[in-house]
Amino acid sequence: MPHPATWLRVTEAGLYCDPGDFHIDPTRAVPRAVITHGHSDHARPDHGAVLATAETLAIMRARMGDDRAGAAQQAMAPGEGVMRNGVGIRLVPAGHVLGSAQVVLDWQGSRAVISGDYKRRPDPTCAPFEPVACDVFVTEATFALPVFRHPPVEQEVAKLLESLRLFPDRAHVIGVYSLGKCQRLIALLRRAGWERPIYLHGALMALCALYEELGVALGPLLPVPLSKRGAPPTLAGEVVLAPPSAETTPWARRLAEPVVCAASGWMRVRQRAKARGIELPLIISDHADWDELLATCAEVEAPEVWVTHGREDALIHALSLRDVRGRALHLVGLGEEDEGEAAPVETAPA
Amino acid sequence: MSIPAFAHLLERLVFTPGRNAKLALLRNWFAEQPDPNRGIGLAALTEELKLATAKPALLRDLVAARTDPELLRLSYDYVGDFAETAALIWPDPHGRNMPPPDLAEVVEAMELTPKADLPALIADWMDRLDANGRFALAKLVTGGLRVGASARLARTALAEWSGKEVTEIEEVWHGVAPPYIPLFRWLEGKGPRPDPGAVPIFRPLMLAHPLEDADVAALEPAAWRAEWKWDGIRVQLCAAPGGARIFSRGGEDVTAAFPEIAAALTFEAVLDGELLVIRGGAVAPFGDLQQRLNRKVVTPKMLRDYPAGVRLYDLLTEGAEDLRPLPFDQRRARLEAFVLREQPAHMDLSPQIAFASVAQLSAIRDGARAASIEGLMLKRADSPYVAGRQKGLWWKWKRDPLTIDAVLMYAQRGHGKRSSFYSDYTFGLWRPDGNGGEELVPVGKAYSGFTDEELVFLDRWVRNHTTARFGPVREVEKGLVLEVAFDAAQRSTRHRSGVALRFPRIARIRRDKPPAEADRLENLMLLVPDRSAAD
Repeated sequence: MPHPATWLRVTEAGLYCDPGDFHIDPTRAVPRAVITHGHSDHARPDHGAVLATAETLAIMRARMGDDRAGAAQQAMAPGEGVMRNGVGIRLVPAGHVLGSAQVVLDWQGSRAVISGDYKRRPDPTCAPFEPVACDVFVTEATFALPVFRHPPVEQEVAKLLESLRLFPDRAHVIGVYSLGKCQRLIALLRRAGWERPIYLHGALMALCALYEELGVALGPLLPVPLSKRGAPPTLAGEVVLAPPSAETTPWARRLAEPVVCAASGWMRVRQRAKARGIELPLIISDHADWDELLATCAEVEAPEVWVTHGREDALIHALSLRDVRGRALHLVGLGEEDEGEAAPVETAPA
Repeated sequence: MSIPAFAHLLERLVFTPGRNAKLALLRNWFAEQPDPNRGIGLAALTEELKLATAKPALLRDLVAARTDPELLRLSYDYVGDFAETAALIWPDPHGRNMPPPDLAEVVEAMELTPKADLPALIADWMDRLDANGRFALAKLVTGGLRVGASARLARTALAEWSGKEVTEIEEVWHGVAPPYIPLFRWLEGKGPRPDPGAVPIFRPLMLAHPLEDADVAALEPAAWRAEWKWDGIRVQLCAAPGGARIFSRGGEDVTAAFPEIAAALTFEAVLDGELLVIRGGAVAPFGDLQQRLNRKVVTPKMLRDYPAGVRLYDLLTEGAEDLRPLPFDQRRARLEAFVLREQPAHMDLSPQIAFASVAQLSAIRDGARAASIEGLMLKRADSPYVAGRQKGLWWKWKRDPLTIDAVLMYAQRGHGKRSSFYSDYTFGLWRPDGNGGEELVPVGKAYSGFTDEELVFLDRWVRNHTTARFGPVREVEKGLVLEVAFDAAQRSTRHRSGVALRFPRIARIRRDKPPAEADRLENLMLLVPDRSAAD
């Protein structure tokens, strides 16, 4: 039985399967790519053939245009499989965002699972993560420090609702990533009983519409109204979602004395929230926290774990204490969208 | 539930920049929390809680016993604050369902528990809390809680919540102690006004309105008394049978920072005056006084190098007699007699300035250039001593500000309502760069003085002329001249330029002026008074 290290390797474009002749989440255009999910650091434009879930392909088309989302697009439902040059390829839900999937590869009796980004908490906007036993588990490590243990999301949403009660004269503007976090937060607010329209920055409209089209109900959504210079500020007492740091742009001046909130796993560390001038940090993450990373590595029973990006030193050390071999892949270019450390700090006004 | 509730309040206060929002959070706390927790929480926020604390090493040992050393090192490295690292990394105990500890329980147990039992006690509390609660607890028990909610802010919130005047609360504040149960009962209309007894309490200060040009003509010289407006810290010296205190203008107790003054309070009276550094009768610039502020321990060297004194303005009570209803002239006579009789150490009278006409007074004001004088105080001869700022009784007549034309160098985003605006401006002046050229050196920072329209202009200018970004700060092209007004310039070793400005603000935007024609550092240095000529 060939060890996955003999048929799966890191190239300049990212992780590459030799016998199958395809990349997984390549960081540059390649002839054949399997894509785990639609965040731009995983789904890049201009590949030849693209294999992904139907939702991920739809997201890619919405973000990069039909002509750049892969010359040949092959949609595969979770659980289905295809063979390429003797390599079995299967997609299994990863629980990260709508359409996100792990890639399960089988070659001559040995199995590698590439998780992409994932989380273990329930998310009303996507299918939950399913652990698959394997010989090598390729994991992310965005929040791989024991200080990152995300609190229950209900508690964070309750914090927001309490603030809306306490400050009815102020708009609550929440910085969210346009794919995933935005729609999950809307769904969580709906579950907590927030029935009022939720106001969206222009940069968030398209993907919310796509989620609805793909069957994820989000309730009443309205664009943040335009305002003339000198007009009184608006949306007191309302929830406004915007890309991170939109509150620092002139766009925010139309809002009534905004309470600046951010929904991100990084909000766990006070200095991160302070440095960004966040008044109400909401610790809501679409990535596995420390406990979930370790629990997942244990559940898939892999004797070897490869870490794609994030804080691999702590995770590899912790795995070594559990007699699991860890290996850092140092994949460059990952972790640049959603909660990656390199996420943009300022967005253009929309 | 009190530690989690307190932790939540703490978190919101720490992240909330706006004063009104802080007040709302505090009002909510007073309204929702039961006694004694609301009072203990209040005392913890205002740093008036006297809590027996554990050494930070105790917390380190507890955490080390529960975590892998390498993971702890990586975590601490990332977070940077040990109490926060401890709160976040502390393993959640499984299968335990004890309710979280109560604030009052923590305070009492810290007092009564023998040292040897503290680790087990604190570990048990940590086990019963979530990460936010553990953070609040860790900060509380190691004495590291710094919230930035002043006692003054808390009293304002108490006033807003209860409907009482803040001055009424200030009068009883120093006679009550945590958890302030009689105070809360009184504020809720359920009990009598707390009686401070023989304890020295703060009397809210009488304040002055700025004199506008229109008011000047209406001044009748015979009905007014004039004094210098000294540039120090307004204080109230309060000597009662139960002790002596020095209160700042906002009612904060600053006694510990000025032991030589406190030791001189051997009489029974309440005095109003200006705290200054006085050397051989001459008042030193405000920068010297700053060396003495906010100190818990004062070294003999500080006492020697920066000797403090109080220039007396008024006498509020003498013995058991409240003089505040008396006219100013009568209080002044009593004050002069008091000083003559008591000869109090480190205190002297603020001299009165004789004048026969407003024109003469105006000339005196214009002639005052010493850094230790901000201008004139005018007090109506028949004015009683009343709390707050009542129009028509006392005027402050500041001398005209000094100005320089400086070049905008950096801008920083504001907070709250100003979070989308670059509203804090660092400006500089020209000086030789040592290579035959010229360079700008920063001399100050201002975030007021401009109109809303000017703010919009400045913000847009900053965004369109950015040359570099450092987090919330932008460096801009050296292309905009600002006329900066300030009250005084002082030598400073803490600033690269060697000079610090008092109350700098943006007076005008000089779009007409080329940056090369802005002022030079040496122009500003001419405005720095020589220390020996300070008075």
